[in-house]
Amino acid sequence: MSQPAPSPFVAALLDAPLPASGIGWLDAARRENLEAFAAAGLPDTRVETWKYTALRALAQRRFAAGDAQADARDVDLSAFALPGTDGPELVFVNGAFRADLSRLRDLPAGLSLQPLSLSLRQDAEPLRFALAGRYREAGDAFARLNAALAADGVVLRVAAGARIAQPVRLLFIGAPAEADLAWHARNVVELGEGAELALVEQHASSGEQGHLGTLVGDIVLREGAKLRHAVLQDAAEGGTLVRRNSLHLAARAQAAVHVLELGGALVRHELQAELGGDGSRLDMRGVFALRGRQHVDTQLAIRHQALGTASDSVWRGVADQRARGVFRGAIVVAAGADGSDASLANKNLLLSGQAEIDTKPELEIYADEVKAAHGATVGQLDERSLFYLRSRGIPQVQARSMLTSAFCRSVFDDLPDETLREHLFAMLSRRLPA
Amino acid sequence: MLKIENLHARVEGKEILKGLSLTVNPGEVHAIMGPNGAGKSTLGNVLAGRDGYEVTAGSVSFDGVDLLALEPEERAAAGVFLAFQYPVEIPGVNNTYFLRAALNTQRKQRGEPELDSMQFLRLVREKLKVMRISDELLHRAVNEGFSGGEKKRNEIFQMAVLEPKLAILDETDSGLDIDALKQVAQGVNAQRSPQRAFLMITHYQRLLDYIEPDFVHVLADGRIVESGDKTLALKLEEQGYAWVAEHGEPAGAKA
Repeated sequence: MSQPAPSPFVAALLDAPLPASGIGWLDAARRENLEAFAAAGLPDTRVETWKYTALRALAQRRFAAGDAQADARDVDLSAFALPGTDGPELVFVNGAFRADLSRLRDLPAGLSLQPLSLSLRQDAEPLRFALAGRYREAGDAFARLNAALAADGVVLRVAAGARIAQPVRLLFIGAPAEADLAWHARNVVELGEGAELALVEQHASSGEQGHLGTLVGDIVLREGAKLRHAVLQDAAEGGTLVRRNSLHLAARAQAAVHVLELGGALVRHELQAELGGDGSRLDMRGVFALRGRQHVDTQLAIRHQALGTASDSVWRGVADQRARGVFRGAIVVAAGADGSDASLANKNLLLSGQAEIDTKPELEIYADEVKAAHGATVGQLDERSLFYLRSRGIPQVQARSMLTSAFCRSVFDDLPDETLREHLFAMLSRRLPA
Repeated sequence: MLKIENLHARVEGKEILKGLSLTVNPGEVHAIMGPNGAGKSTLGNVLAGRDGYEVTAGSVSFDGVDLLALEPEERAAAGVFLAFQYPVEIPGVNNTYFLRAALNTQRKQRGEPELDSMQFLRLVREKLKVMRISDELLHRAVNEGFSGGEKKRNEIFQMAVLEPKLAILDETDSGLDIDALKQVAQGVNAQRSPQRAFLMITHYQRLLDYIEPDFVHVLADGRIVESGDKTLALKLEEQGYAWVAEHGEPAGAKA
């Protein structure tokens, strides 16, 4: 049986040398993940989780490995300022850690925050569980790639019982370079028992470029820990960004996730959550607002594994012009997760006849006394509302914008951080047709 | 001010207005009455510019301008206001924000300076008093969770803030109990002026006990078949709309 020649995408990435850590288990994991990636290549649309996201065009592109000049890229951080977050932050430019732009001095007690590259040099052993994994699913191509090639990222730990008052920001900036680059970030986040943290993950761009970024984050919440995680994605118009955040919640842990997806040409966002401890709770809110020829794919996979767990997910999508949105929300209530409560709602708005949104809620229940609700809709702006606004003198374009904005904003109404909420609204307003 | 001549209009391919003529002058209050299906609400919607209402013949001029050539927002800026029979709930759009945007875009279209938030607030406070609306309603989303009476009062409140030249009240009395009806009527009466005209579309005479019209017209089968003063409404109340059907040829508006 002859192997087909690897696509230009795969061939270009295989050309680059693996990052060498000198750590046996890590180098082995990297090598094996790369081999698995090389053997399987990119998934096609026959793989269920990639059904609506075709990678044929991506497979024909070549990305250079990393940015040798990342340290010298001129980046104006004020363009990405988030009001209210002047706490600790880690900044990456084209995947490379930038100490000069980061704020890591005077960390509050109980918070440990450093780049992965430094953690690996100092003491790699605690990272073994997170980084020694092999990805075996057909849809795991980018996770394999990330596991093989990510030389840096974030290691964040909050000590048991510590409540970190200031939000911690992780900022990933794409900067113009001589060629389109591939960069990879690997984040490991752990909140100890009863610890509390607000985390802002921000993806931004300092100019037009067509880089590929991959991010894999493992986020572990020990018993009773509380995490607020906000994701603001405003990557370059031509960018490709594939992210996977996996959350593990122990007993009584609580996570609230708010996601705003605005940028990128091709974006894939996988949010996997395992409610592994009794009474753990997950609330997720997300909005994607797309235009041009953007393709943004959001994949939620939530597993209820323990007694009395709860998840509540609300997602809204808007697609204008020829944009394409994909949403899949899969919930599994496993045997033994009795008394769990799972709800998921996804509403979408098409602003043009050429836009498309595919949505697929999935629910599998193997436990008893479960409350579950899920639903998804795709529709257009309500003509009656539009006429009502216009009949009061509001021009059509502005009326459409008001209704679209209202449709999206309601999702973030429960965001407790008012400054962040207003900032999300402002980003959204700039993005929506005005 | 408003001159409707031989207006024909279709909805979904069906002819609803079949040669309606009506003249309204500043300061006048006209009541349009008629049985269900006569075309009353179609008239309001055609004047406000709703999609799906196709004018096949006739003309409407408003202050000398061809009203039918204007977009709904331009009609509003020109001074036409429609109080909806079924005001729409718009979750996520704050009532105050909406009303200020409406007033300022109208002012902008007319070349008048926009009001800043302090000026707007002062105006709103003054109008609230007249309408006896609690300012709690202002902080909610447009009509969201409002009772039937609150929705209708909110329409009249919007009218008070926007100060149109011509207000069309489409079945504003429907679904109101007597107290709510009185409040709405009081709000309307407070806004009567020599410069402002009203077109009240209603099925029942009841509203006219509280808002006294200068003229009453009977609309039947897409035309005005009878016009008179307020006593015509009483006659209708006594004899019912069947009387209209037996009552000879369609008449033009005599106003």
